[in-house]
Amino acid sequence: MASSPKLNAKIPPGELETKWTKFRSTVHLVNPANKRNLEIIVVGSGLAGSSAAASLAEMGYKVKVFCFQDSPRRAHSIAAQGGVNAAKNYQNDGDSVYRLFYDTIKGGDYRAREGNVHRLAEVSGNIIDQCVAQGVPFAREYGGTLSNRSFGGTQVQRTFYAAGQTGQQLLLGAYSALSRQIGMGAVTMLSRHEMMDVVMIDGKARGIIARDLVSGQLERHFGHAVLLCTGGYGNVFYLSTNAMGCNVTAAWKAHKKGAFFGNPCYTQIHPTCIPVSGDHQSKLTLMSESLRNDGRIWVPKKKDDNRKANEIPEEERDYYLERRYPAFGNLVPRDVASRAAKERCDAGYGVGTSKMAVYLDFAANTERYGKIEVSKHNIHNPTKEQIIKLGKEVVKEKYGNLFDMYKQITGEDPYELPMRIYPAVHYTMGGLWVDYNLMTTIPGLYALGEANFSDHGANRLGASALMQGLADGYFVIPYTIGEYLSEEIRTKSIPTDNEAFVKAEADVQERINKLFSIKGTKSVDNFHKRLGRIMWDKCGMARNKEGLTQAISEIQKLREEFWKDVRVTGEANEFNPELEKAHRVADFIELGELMCKDALQRNESCGGHFREEYQTAEGEAKRDDDNFAFVAAWEYKGVSDFELHKEELKFENIKLAQRNYA
Amino acid sequence: MSTTSNMNLTLKVWKQKNKDTKGKFETYNAKGISPDMSFLEMFDVVNEGLISDGKEPIAFDHDCREGICGMCSMYINGRPHGPKQGVTTCQLHMRSFKDGDTIVVEPWRSAAFPVIKDLAVDRSSFDRIMAAGGFVSVNTGNAKDANNILIPKPEADEAFEAAACIGCGACVAACKNSSAMLFVSAKVSQLALLPQGKIEAQQRVWDMVHQMDEEGFGNCTNTGACEAECPKSISLENIARMNREYLISTAISKK
Repeated sequence: MASSPKLNAKIPPGELETKWTKFRSTVHLVNPANKRNLEIIVVGSGLAGSSAAASLAEMGYKVKVFCFQDSPRRAHSIAAQGGVNAAKNYQNDGDSVYRLFYDTIKGGDYRAREGNVHRLAEVSGNIIDQCVAQGVPFAREYGGTLSNRSFGGTQVQRTFYAAGQTGQQLLLGAYSALSRQIGMGAVTMLSRHEMMDVVMIDGKARGIIARDLVSGQLERHFGHAVLLCTGGYGNVFYLSTNAMGCNVTAAWKAHKKGAFFGNPCYTQIHPTCIPVSGDHQSKLTLMSESLRNDGRIWVPKKKDDNRKANEIPEEERDYYLERRYPAFGNLVPRDVASRAAKERCDAGYGVGTSKMAVYLDFAANTERYGKIEVSKHNIHNPTKEQIIKLGKEVVKEKYGNLFDMYKQITGEDPYELPMRIYPAVHYTMGGLWVDYNLMTTIPGLYALGEANFSDHGANRLGASALMQGLADGYFVIPYTIGEYLSEEIRTKSIPTDNEAFVKAEADVQERINKLFSIKGTKSVDNFHKRLGRIMWDKCGMARNKEGLTQAISEIQKLREEFWKDVRVTGEANEFNPELEKAHRVADFIELGELMCKDALQRNESCGGHFREEYQTAEGEAKRDDDNFAFVAAWEYKGVSDFELHKEELKFENIKLAQRNYA
Repeated sequence: MSTTSNMNLTLKVWKQKNKDTKGKFETYNAKGISPDMSFLEMFDVVNEGLISDGKEPIAFDHDCREGICGMCSMYINGRPHGPKQGVTTCQLHMRSFKDGDTIVVEPWRSAAFPVIKDLAVDRSSFDRIMAAGGFVSVNTGNAKDANNILIPKPEADEAFEAAACIGCGACVAACKNSSAMLFVSAKVSQLALLPQGKIEAQQRVWDMVHQMDEEGFGNCTNTGACEAECPKSISLENIARMNREYLISTAISKK
């Protein structure tokens, strides 16, 4: 297989270990006087956006940042719980850059680029250093050093964390760096602004059209380069762990202007979320993967067992992950754990009123911790109550905020009863196709963090999203953007009365007018929920040819109905959340169709993409490396018309193998 | 899972077109509300009904709906984030109410938080306070190996507790003086407690407090309503620490 001539990944030549350092030392630079004249637009203020904006402003570029929330600190990175990986080997357990690289490639089921992933592993340590320097309060040991914990898909402890609020603390660190640049006037911050389109001049991205969400006015903004740091598209499923506002609009607009979309069907279904409680459900809440360090997952051995969890004796419990995967046990990667939960529930062993849940039980480890504590406290002949009480204190320190959240939502106390959990959509590995420089197929348009497709292949390992977002923003883009901008030093700032800006704004205005003119009968949420149902049933945890084919035609019909029957209340020139949602859902519908088409062409199972037709006798994902070791990059040709381009994945350092966690 | 049956409620909600117009309370009926719903999901149901009746839905801020982003901001029955301790509006569930209740919902009230529409307010004053000094002045790439800075666990834990602030503004809404001292002191404390932040501690507290005053927030009179209403239980001790830091910075600036 040869890569499409339209896709040049620009992976530097040479040995894997030296690609990045050599590239970094030889990439073109922009001198400080020129940097002052170069303007960069950053859309999105999560880990990738804030870290990129702060770092580029520190270097001297003129930066403008946009976010749709009321403050950059609200971006959804804030909700990440468990941690951030780094190959520091502080635990002396044999970790290394190579091992992190290897685990990430393997965890991604051999569908990511070696060059990118190795770079990610190389800079991972710098991220921790940078965050600590900013005052991020990571968890520490009594000796004052940083603490680590384990995450799925690895056998070392390389995850740095701040209780169950790691994303919050990292984002607040990046936000503080960004705030500093805002205070110095190096960054112009535009909160409550949503990007509506990319402006193209002579084949290059030269700015954006944004809508001021308070006044409703459309604005034109010029940039020598545009960085999309706009996160993932999990909300295409309506119910996901994403924030309500997470959307694909910026990426989708870029796609329609010529940016190829990479691997859209790769979706991560997270195994440990709080199950759906009713039709009113607006979002799903994650319970961090870190809980799988100390929680054991089980279902009853008997079908339709209606006894309470604590009434089911030990020998009648099926710890199915420990049974199927003894080497990794409860710490198998997310895709494996999710499918195993689905398998048990589908087979009739689920728990709770809906029977679509499994138990995550902390009793055994609470007791284990309690025993350690009684020894520490020199308590001889402790009672069972003493042990449990002390054990609960340890569990509380590690996961207190998660337990509180669970109790708040379900009304049940997880210190007393096992949690009920079920998989839910959490992250999207797919995204805009980018080269090694993080540039999309549109010159001057970059995608960072979850918005790009790059480093996680077909499945992301836990605690690697924070790592990638910050790697892209702090340590990759500041170097790689020089390659493009060094050629742009002669380009003067383009006035926004240029016809390309006028035309782009007019197109956005026309779409807004169109949405209001329909005056249909159904709310935006109605369409969003129906789209989500189609996607979850037919393009969710398990997919097949028949279902995907049906989904494509159902989504096409839904799109037609949307544009005939949606009701958007209020006016254009005011704060109007319904209008915001209408724009986003219209784009989700188009994306949903592409996701199904991508899932349909990929006649194999890999990572989060599980095609029922392609599985081993044991029910594991069965890859087809001869025919599918490629990145699917889709070009937009028109409504329901997408052309597939392939980027061959070459594995020169890692031997392709069936993933084995048993 | 709750087995309690569904509820019918009366809502009195503040409606205001924009910051330049006057607002007033309007009454809505919320019918068939499940106790398992979150407070915001109850608003989704009401809004869905309004849209299908051709009326305008109620505007409110919200995003993560898991209590961490700090975007949701409703003043419910006279309390920011409602009747429960230690939760945001999005994590307040309807099992905290009973059938037949009347619930009054207002936006955050503060001169420094002008109303944008209905229940949504402008909290950009918080961002400007952060831009004035809520950071450690370290550029990307300057950092040394993370374990070169050893921090005793108690101090690290205390800094973490202060850093848990989500910047929602409940402290301001709870305060009769609209003081932002709890918010500002949480950031001042977090960074003053850590060796990385200690270096600029005096300048930071000076800059942040001055910006806070400029934004029109009121003074602290030690009533403690902020701590009681904070969804992340940020401690009043932070205010005491900030006052100490501020005193030192004033003394230094007089020299």
